[in-house]
Amino acid sequence: MMDFSEMTAGDISRAVRAGDLSARTVTEAALERIAALDPALGAFTDVTAERAIDRARAIDRTVTCGGDPGPLAGVPMAAKNLFDIEGVVTRAGSKINRDNRKAARNATLIDRLEAAGAVTLGALNMGEYAYDFTGQNVHDGPSRNPHAAEHMSGGSSGGSGTAVGAGMVPLALGSDTNGSIRVPSAFCGIFGLKPTYGRLSRGRTFPFVASLDHLGPFARTTFDLALAYDAMLGPDPADPALTDRPDEPISALIGAGLDGLRIARATGYFERGGDAQTLEAVTRIAAALGTTATVDIEGAAQARASAYLITMAEGAALHLGRLKDRAADFDPDVRDRLIAGAMIPGAWVVKAQKYRRIFAARMARLFKTTDVILAPSTPCPAPLIGQKTFVLDGEELPLRPNIGIYTQPISFIGLPVVNVPVWTEGKTLPVGVQIIAAPWREDVAMRVAGWLERQGVVFAPVAKG
Amino acid sequence: MNSTCFDPHALIDAMAPFLDLPVSDACREGVAVHLAAARRIADSVLALDLDDEAEPAPVFRP
Repeated sequence: MMDFSEMTAGDISRAVRAGDLSARTVTEAALERIAALDPALGAFTDVTAERAIDRARAIDRTVTCGGDPGPLAGVPMAAKNLFDIEGVVTRAGSKINRDNRKAARNATLIDRLEAAGAVTLGALNMGEYAYDFTGQNVHDGPSRNPHAAEHMSGGSSGGSGTAVGAGMVPLALGSDTNGSIRVPSAFCGIFGLKPTYGRLSRGRTFPFVASLDHLGPFARTTFDLALAYDAMLGPDPADPALTDRPDEPISALIGAGLDGLRIARATGYFERGGDAQTLEAVTRIAAALGTTATVDIEGAAQARASAYLITMAEGAALHLGRLKDRAADFDPDVRDRLIAGAMIPGAWVVKAQKYRRIFAARMARLFKTTDVILAPSTPCPAPLIGQKTFVLDGEELPLRPNIGIYTQPISFIGLPVVNVPVWTEGKTLPVGVQIIAAPWREDVAMRVAGWLERQGVVFAPVAKG
Repeated sequence: MNSTCFDPHALIDAMAPFLDLPVSDACREGVAVHLAAARRIADSVLALDLDDEAEPAPVFRP
């Protein structure tokens, strides 16, 4: 069997559309790679092989008949298991949801990727109910870091990071409430795009915190991220938070370079607590971009604290019935946080929600003089699986809730972010840097990420395993 | 605000029946840890001085 794991989504699509490669060949190779690697890495919870082969055959027929299957023709993809996949139970990382019926139809974003020619290979492991930064799951086992399997993949979209980093699929979908796209992208050394809040439909996905939930793609190149993102744009009455702005595709824009962009490194809050590798990565990215400008984001700590409280309360509200009836079936770490969330005063949560608009207005003023902000994605590279605490700013703290200290203030106000993977010579594991732009300016964040990629400063090699 | 004199176990004892949400012995210590963490982290939010006119967004628009 040939190995297509090094091919990007763009490469595969070009070859399939040209008739140089069949979608079925690519699909079978990806399924074989999953069968070989996944028992040791734990990325997939459901492999939909039969469905995938049928879909690949249909794409090949389209090509044979002179048709165009679309910009993602024959591209293998998979989705975090909170996305509905027709015929699969949407477990959302839980034991409890396994009692639900199989999904009758796909999530909106999966439908859109398939309409563009992608082939869904299955559902991916995740932290229970997305309340997680580690990629561990007590029911399904951990999704492991493809570059060092004893380390975390990051969460909660851990399987998405593992599957793309290991070259099982070139494209995956995940969700990000407080960092769950950016953290696994950073830990697994790949690119991840968390779009603006309200940009991509959440239709037919299992929610976590409606105020903060975003969906987005993972890939090994910025162009693949852009291809997927463009294919997923569009209106959808199934998501009440979805924007009514016109579609703003970015694939044609991300090669535009840095001209005219004002880029600054976040200081203050975003420099506290990070380890040497993390802070050096941001320094290296800033130097590559030729910027010495800095910006101290006032109120970032309160933004993170507000996101923390909203998450506890909204998460608890979502699961209150299950906490009453089936407490023993939860992951204990998740259950205890959710029960505590049910006891948070409403006044705290309302104040946190009010602060969202104030912090967003403050950032809007900042974006009048700055186009892009650089910040670390996590305070450290992937910790060991099972690790419970880490040292942050000289203090030993619980690891699970604190991995997202740098991502939470940004998703709190829905800003678009690309995680770029940064490798340090002599280190086994990468770290990530957030490229943050103003609301609705995914194109700007992606331009910077694409430029860094073309210079060879950031890159996402398939893990050697 | 002062979170140091807060007793999470007293809150659990009061809130569990109020919410009709049983908190088993297996959960109790974990819930207490998370309540204490929430109380600490809330301090910075509660200290914010917001105008009476400040409103949350019904559906947040970035």
